[in-house]
Amino acid sequence: MALNQEFVGRVFRLDEPYEVSRVKIADFADAIGERSELCRDREAAQQAGYPDVIAPPTFAFVISWRSDELVHADPDLGLDFSMVVHGDQSFSYSRPLHAGDVVVAATTVESIKTLGATSMLFTATDISTVDGEHVCTTRSSIVERGQ
Amino acid sequence: MALSYADVEPGTEIPPKTYRVTRLDLVKYAGASGDFNVIHWNERMARSVGLPTVIAHGMYTMAQAGRYVSEWAGDPGAVTEFGVRFSAMVPVPDDDEGATIEISGRVTNKLADNKVAIDLTARADGTKVLTRARAVVRLP
Repeated sequence: MALNQEFVGRVFRLDEPYEVSRVKIADFADAIGERSELCRDREAAQQAGYPDVIAPPTFAFVISWRSDELVHADPDLGLDFSMVVHGDQSFSYSRPLHAGDVVVAATTVESIKTLGATSMLFTATDISTVDGEHVCTTRSSIVERGQ
Repeated sequence: MALSYADVEPGTEIPPKTYRVTRLDLVKYAGASGDFNVIHWNERMARSVGLPTVIAHGMYTMAQAGRYVSEWAGDPGAVTEFGVRFSAMVPVPDDDEGATIEISGRVTNKLADNKVAIDLTARADGTKVLTRARAVVRLP
């Protein structure tokens, strides 16, 4: 089913700021096999010049995904999530995310393309601190495979 | 000894590494990331939507490529830009071996501000699973 083109240009925001915690960073690092002590040991991270333990480069997806899900789950979009695979993903960091960051995320629907029975949804998510400091912009496309 | 900007040149190869992915890894990744799409952990549902078996989260594969780059740079915070296209699925069989992802990389350019651009290649079972995989890393 073609996705609703009226979504292009819409912005979706998380209701609550996301608090980046040491435990979540360590859990994520464990799950992906990232062994760096900079993700686990506060003193090591501070010696390397960071305020606290830092997140691996794909961690921002944990935040952008929550915001992207607001788009996916909107019944008016018409997405069959069981047919979805990930198309593209990118991250552009102003600085690494670290424990103690409190961030907001805003996802913009950039475009929707349909090729035969296949649809593609392109979104961009800006992640910045509650004080307005930009941390990361993520871009994502997902593909809804045709039946 | 940490790698430095002076150590690398365009064409510098990053030693290839192999990462294994099992069903347990996907369950852990689902929990840690919050991506609970059933095709990444439920064989019955994966088959019902036409997939050969459970497939890895694209983001799990990308995370392995990220880990590969950050291990090379010695600092996960060194990665400033990172982008990929997911060009093929990584089927993960329900056994103890799982699937294997082989990652290699090469420095393509030295940029300003001690940054270097890297092209990455990721293969599973001989098939390229990431294309247009590029990272920019700031080195000391």
